[in-house]
Amino acid sequence: MLHDYAGHDVAALVKRSELVSRILITVAIIGAVGTPLFIWARTPLIHARVAENGGWSPDVIHANANQPFTLHLTSDDVVHGFAVGQMDMQSVDVLPGKVTDITLKIDKPGIYTFFCTRWCGLNHWRMRGTIEVGGSSSAPGPAAVPMYVTLGLDIDAPHEAPVIPINRPSAISGQKLAANLPIDRSIDYYLKHSPYQVFDELSTTSLTESQRWDVVASIWQSNTTPESRANGQQLYTQNCAACHGENGAGNGVFADDLAAAGESSIQTMAGADSMTMQSPVDFTNPIRMLGASPALLQGKILRGGMGTGMPMWGSIFTEEQIWDLIAYLYSFQFDY
Amino acid sequence: MNRFELTRLPFIKKILKSRYPQLAVFIVMLVGYIFAILAGLIGSPVGSRNFSIVFVWIAWWAVLILVAVPFFGRGWCAVCPIPLPSEWLQRGAVLSPPDKKPKWFNLRWPKFLRNIWMQNISFLLLALFSSVLLTTPNITGIVLAAMLVAAIGLSMVFERRSFCRYLCPVGGFIGLYSQTAPIELRIKDKQVCVTCDGKPCYNGSENGYGCPWDVFPGGLTRNTYCGLCMECIRTCPHDNIAINLRPFSADLAKPSTRMDEAFKAFIMLGSSMIYAGVLLGPWGTFKDAAYNVGTSVWLVYVIIFLAIIFIILPGLFALGILKTKSALPLKQRFASLATALIPLGLMFWVAFSLSFVLTNASYIIASLSDPLGLGWNLFGTANAAWQPLLTTILAPAQTLALVGGLIWSARTAQKAADKIKTSSIPVIAFCFMTTLVMMWLLL
Repeated sequence: MLHDYAGHDVAALVKRSELVSRILITVAIIGAVGTPLFIWARTPLIHARVAENGGWSPDVIHANANQPFTLHLTSDDVVHGFAVGQMDMQSVDVLPGKVTDITLKIDKPGIYTFFCTRWCGLNHWRMRGTIEVGGSSSAPGPAAVPMYVTLGLDIDAPHEAPVIPINRPSAISGQKLAANLPIDRSIDYYLKHSPYQVFDELSTTSLTESQRWDVVASIWQSNTTPESRANGQQLYTQNCAACHGENGAGNGVFADDLAAAGESSIQTMAGADSMTMQSPVDFTNPIRMLGASPALLQGKILRGGMGTGMPMWGSIFTEEQIWDLIAYLYSFQFDY
Repeated sequence: MNRFELTRLPFIKKILKSRYPQLAVFIVMLVGYIFAILAGLIGSPVGSRNFSIVFVWIAWWAVLILVAVPFFGRGWCAVCPIPLPSEWLQRGAVLSPPDKKPKWFNLRWPKFLRNIWMQNISFLLLALFSSVLLTTPNITGIVLAAMLVAAIGLSMVFERRSFCRYLCPVGGFIGLYSQTAPIELRIKDKQVCVTCDGKPCYNGSENGYGCPWDVFPGGLTRNTYCGLCMECIRTCPHDNIAINLRPFSADLAKPSTRMDEAFKAFIMLGSSMIYAGVLLGPWGTFKDAAYNVGTSVWLVYVIIFLAIIFIILPGLFALGILKTKSALPLKQRFASLATALIPLGLMFWVAFSLSFVLTNASYIIASLSDPLGLGWNLFGTANAAWQPLLTTILAPAQTLALVGGLIWSARTAQKAADKIKTSSIPVIAFCFMTTLVMMWLLL
């Protein structure tokens, strides 16, 4: 029936279908490009990557005090974790290619640190970012000055115990011996003295060396509680054991890699001594541990070991958590 | 030979003759293709959670190698969206009859490149980077985009679908293996073509475009270079084009003597074996070497890869047929007898693909709900756990494919050897040995 149509009608018919096809293809292309781009741009994700590949991105988050905000977290490589320091919160896992949503509300304005809670790699502890919480509530008071500063302790200098016990000191044996001794059991005394200093002060008594160490252990025990040591152990397992080892011997899963990385790092240029700084401290070594006071350890944990792999924990742990951790660390030396 | 003409069914004929059903499929495919590029570039870098990796290298590959190629030959080429934008640009129209005057340069493809060596090279280029390509979404996105851009660019310089015909890394092996498919596009009556005026199937008419694949349908004897685009069905004024059902591997009865195709067979055979060893095997060193592109171990991997494909396999094959009696020179015998490797290679790929497709198919369900890894859950399946499918039938199915492939290739070898009056025994022995190696690698 083609000849029923005038020539130009056929042409018009073809043209319309051609036009519709072109429009359809164009719309399809624009839609296929535009839709994902639009949705992607409106879904701000916080990407987690191992520190070597950039860590958190973005690593600064802005929020307002007392206003809940939701973060969409995803991992681009391995399993990471997310938690905010100084806050009582359960950490969440951040899984590769999946999105974890977490809603937070922070009461006080300030700068908070968020960090990875999974041992994702050698530089796991470098995976940190900050949440800048703004708001009109009263400005935060000045931060308390840590004890090591008020005491004027040089936390980078060696603090070694010149004498160490032959047997592992026992707090239980020490308790009986200490009952009649005129010694200071106050918390302040405990915090400011190393076990060796207390051992030394006990030299005026008639006790044997081994008995004196037992008394020291009992003083350390009486200034901590089983709960605080248990809490310290939990924190240690989660945050410290990767480098310092489950048993405190400085041989965690990352220890060898840290030492290897240290060898090739710039610190090696200072000489062999600096290299040893790259190896995690051995808490089972009595020379080091019995020469260190709780105040000194607090300083090291708060500030971190500059130029070493030891991170700064001051922005992550609360003061109480650090004391709990220290209480646990001495249990590598003492029997409670 | 026994054929059944599908185009005799009015329903099929109508669907193929109209441009609209194919155009609709093209548009859907193009959307999927562009989405895959975008997903690769902006979606999660975790391959198993990204549409581009999951839908291209698992879903599409599974459909291509397990269904489309064995049963429909170049069926994928019939719906591949890559030519859609480039042909629109080249012709200046989507549906309207072509202008007499070409829009762009419209050059003939250079004569010395009128073979599939470029496709052999483009496939090998992807193959050498495959460990990274198959797992890294943004690399996949870039490669997909590059193919689209290359097709568009070439369509402005050269006539017809030069990208599809001479460059597409996938098109080369689809063409080779399409000879085994039980489907073909052929003319019905040669005499009609001989007397046909103007040959609109090749030159185009107001009803459609001249063969985009630069093939004269009247001379078709093999599927290799017919892209099943259906243009000739639309342009033939004598209704002389048919789509036929036919026995499997009908084209292999007439062995090709082309060296580019013979080497394509070796490339495909060899790379399926190397993949089976590197991607599925227990050797971490090989995996590392294949993955660490650019390093010296990777270069060693490249050298071994190329040596297996270009020296070891063809060398053993040539050695085998060296002393056989034949009137033909070695080169021609080599090319003709390599035909036997076509069904063998196809079944190697089927066996290899079964394993990784069934292992990873469950990712498709999760990726469907969250294609970009943005935390969506469109169909409630975003958290579907990874779960290998049909693990109990995997090994039997692979064995069946490999043994079936061996029998199939042995039959093909006999026919090819009969044709050139030589012995098929060395070829069958070669097929037997490579099948044993493949079985050892896969099972």
